[in-house]
Amino acid sequence: MSPQLEIIITAIIVSSACALLGVFLILRKMAMMTDAISHTILLGIVVAFLLTKSINSPLLIIGTALMGVLTVYLTEVLKRTKLMAEDSAIGIVFPLLFSIAIILITKYAGNVHLDIDSVLLGELAFVPFDRLIVFGRDIGPKSTYIMLTILLIDGVFVILFFKELKLVTFDAALASVLGFSSVFIHYSLMGLVSVTAVGAFEAVGSILVIAFMIGPPVSAYMLTDKLKNMLMLSIGIGIVNAVIGYQLAALLDVSIAGSIATVIGITFLLIFIFAPKRGMITIGYTRHVRKIGFAVNSLLFHLHNHEGTEKEKVESNRQTLHHHLHWDKKFLDIILKKVINLNYVTQKEEYLKLTQEGRDYTLKAYQDITS
Amino acid sequence: MSIESLLRDYTLQIVALGSAVLGAISGILGSFAVLRKQSLLGDAVSHSALPGIAFVFLITGIKNTEMLLLGALASGLLGTFLIVIINRYSRIKFDSALGLILSFFFGLGLVLITYIQKLPNANQAGLEDFIFGQASTLLKRDVYIMIVLGCVILLMVVLFWKEFKLYSFDMQYGVSIGFSAKKINIILSSITVIAIIIGLQSVGVILMSALLISPGVAARQWTDKLSVMVILAAVFGIISGVIGTVISSLVSNMPTGPVIVVVISLIVIFSLLFASKRGILWQYIKRRRNSRHINESRLLINLYELALNHEDIYHPHETKMIEPTSTDKTIKNIEKTLLILRQQGYIKQDYFGTWAITDIGIQRAKRIEKYGGDCL
Amino acid sequence: MQKYLIEVEDMTVAYQEKPVLWDIDLKIPKGILMAIVGPNGAGKSTLIKAMLNLIKPISGKVLFNGKSYESQRRYIGYVPQRGSVDWDFPTSVLDVVLMGTYGQIGWIKRPGKKQKEMALNAIKEVGMETFSQRQISQLSGGQQQRVFLARALVQDADIYFMDEPFQGVDAKTEKAIIHILKKLRKRGKTVIVVHHDLQTVKEYFDWVTLLNTRLIKYGNVDEVFTDENLKMTYGSSVRVLSREA
Repeated sequence: MSPQLEIIITAIIVSSACALLGVFLILRKMAMMTDAISHTILLGIVVAFLLTKSINSPLLIIGTALMGVLTVYLTEVLKRTKLMAEDSAIGIVFPLLFSIAIILITKYAGNVHLDIDSVLLGELAFVPFDRLIVFGRDIGPKSTYIMLTILLIDGVFVILFFKELKLVTFDAALASVLGFSSVFIHYSLMGLVSVTAVGAFEAVGSILVIAFMIGPPVSAYMLTDKLKNMLMLSIGIGIVNAVIGYQLAALLDVSIAGSIATVIGITFLLIFIFAPKRGMITIGYTRHVRKIGFAVNSLLFHLHNHEGTEKEKVESNRQTLHHHLHWDKKFLDIILKKVINLNYVTQKEEYLKLTQEGRDYTLKAYQDITS
Repeated sequence: MSIESLLRDYTLQIVALGSAVLGAISGILGSFAVLRKQSLLGDAVSHSALPGIAFVFLITGIKNTEMLLLGALASGLLGTFLIVIINRYSRIKFDSALGLILSFFFGLGLVLITYIQKLPNANQAGLEDFIFGQASTLLKRDVYIMIVLGCVILLMVVLFWKEFKLYSFDMQYGVSIGFSAKKINIILSSITVIAIIIGLQSVGVILMSALLISPGVAARQWTDKLSVMVILAAVFGIISGVIGTVISSLVSNMPTGPVIVVVISLIVIFSLLFASKRGILWQYIKRRRNSRHINESRLLINLYELALNHEDIYHPHETKMIEPTSTDKTIKNIEKTLLILRQQGYIKQDYFGTWAITDIGIQRAKRIEKYGGDCL
Repeated sequence: MQKYLIEVEDMTVAYQEKPVLWDIDLKIPKGILMAIVGPNGAGKSTLIKAMLNLIKPISGKVLFNGKSYESQRRYIGYVPQRGSVDWDFPTSVLDVVLMGTYGQIGWIKRPGKKQKEMALNAIKEVGMETFSQRQISQLSGGQQQRVFLARALVQDADIYFMDEPFQGVDAKTEKAIIHILKKLRKRGKTVIVVHHDLQTVKEYFDWVTLLNTRLIKYGNVDEVFTDENLKMTYGSSVRVLSREA
């Protein structure tokens, strides 16, 4: 396999693992927890490293994942004091743990192979260098296999506990009444997020972990109303973004992690604007249509109400009508053009009159509203 | 370095002054962010400043602090704007929007920086300093910029004090009495972004959020008054800035930013534990006292109700009789509570060790029955 | 022989200094429709949450059929306040109602055909059959409430706790809820409802608990729901029963 392909495959595996868990994170309103965890695991790495003096020890992943869980736990402890909001708790715990990590690194591990930049920013390009050798045969990059294992674990967890994840996320109180432990589900999920972040950390860096965990799930959330579809879409969007991001990075010779994160962001913005049901354009358009329709009705109601009354001459005078309706003149012109085109209203000199068609429509619209 | 020579060290004075100014303004503005439950916005803003810095450098090709900060400001504001828009016009929650924009902009910044690094003859050294911060490289000029901006921010806070207060507390009401939420939000967000941008040079993108949140959270524990909270937050910010700077120059191999964060975190922890009224210790004592009061009241009521079954209301009862319906789980606890009640004169114990209610005990029991537990 | 279905003994709950519930003793017989009534902050929701073990009381215990909550969980249904969940959650009406069956099927196993049928029946019972595939984000407030009701029905419990089911619902939903309540009683179920609207208490319920931190009175509506007792609950300034039927 070529190194390029190895990098792409690794990125795809990482993105799938992150998207799977990310869906539940954003639905549980814990998106910023990924930010926290992906930073604090640095402390886990440093501590494990200082204890074992090795960067390849399996203890590293376990110890580091525990640090992720500890971050979640400490945040909850702070939140439970009710002395601060949850976001403040996150914002206090993770910089502290991260700072301790940096102090330890600069103090004790400064000249060892533990470069903060590369851990945080990640370098996918290095993935192919560290090989996994089984029975003397090179079977591929090590981090690819590590991430594949983690992806499998995540997948099994989500499939096995899909029902419980859904219940606990949607209605934790009901879960408790039905006898499902939301603490168990919560900490299992956060434990897996930590393990996934640790595994992905070395390969892609913390910023891409955050991007993978939040970006594709949020994009998918714009597109679907079904949890299963959201999971599938997240994985799909993650994969497509990873591939495009890698190609762009190769083309421009820039950071792969940065490039993929950028593509993820742009993808979201595009979906945010153009999504069929919830996109800005659709929302804006439906709002506009509704506003015009509403205005047409109000104008017709107004004319209808005053039809044949003494005040008709005053109320349906084109020059003063906007005062009565509290509209600005331009808007009135647009609506007038519309009703005249629809042949609901005719204009004689300055006065507006409903046509028979307009009268019928008005009555029908009125009935629709009141029924 | 001895402390004495340290105090005369010119570089240290500059850096310490810079950290103090930074601590003060981030403390002040962070107070509002904490109250508005937008603590993590600072994290997202500081991350989204990176592409602005890189972009300005890419265009101008020189490392001019003012220009770079201007770039950072522009992209920081753009990031804030996007977060607000995403949150308002879709069902995406605030925290998701934060994480999304944070990783997007930071990723873009990385792309630009790595692109710049590949350019020939570009003097790009030090751009990454913005990611982790490098307080020790602060120049006199940088600190002057910080002081000027700090004064501007301070002036704005004083000018718009009433509006900011309203905004942090109850904006719906603010709108109802004719203030524009949008305008106040823009002003407050803008100066907060400026404060964050100032901090990038010293403590960097990742730790800036702590400087914004921690002083406010610590100050909140000591007071319920906004003005006191803001001043206290500024003081905490200054203290941690100066102490952090001094420690990092006293001890070799101590990065300034992280040390400042550790110091301010310690202040937070101390405040959480020991603040009067709100603090954990205070609350614990209060809860203990409280549950003791509740236990006393309930035991008294139990005894009272037992007594009502007898013609003679002063009929004594054995401890065992009182136990089944009481709150205290063990006989020993009950006896302890009974002794307290006796000390207060609500009950008395006779020669045989049995308990009877007294007149003032009856009065208190009646009062408890009437008002529930409130009459403690 | 157990005379009462639910027994609350010496229940005291306090969050901060002031107790929210003070020394509640409550004995609820089987097969009644009971409203819990009281002013804002009287601890109505807290009472049912404490009974359901969702809040830890300072003191006191609850017995269901003379046994602990844990052992009787299977027979207890719960309708939380509508506002307690995020209705933007990506799922359908049928899916939410199916959640009511999770307790019966336990960990890991998925709901099957039988559960789906039960869910569809419950959806029909609350008059939502045309909406079963609808995404919950598109429901009105009343429809959301009916979905919650259907979910509780599917639990097929013996005792139901409902937290303000009538809060902010349309007339149609209110009727549907009443219909269900009466039906449940006919089947011998016991229903306990946190209720706000004093005007409808007599019409909808046959038992009532008047609560204001302390238990003021409880029992048969005709005996307990009197002007005098309401004054004790709400304070003397409130003239609650101006519309005596």
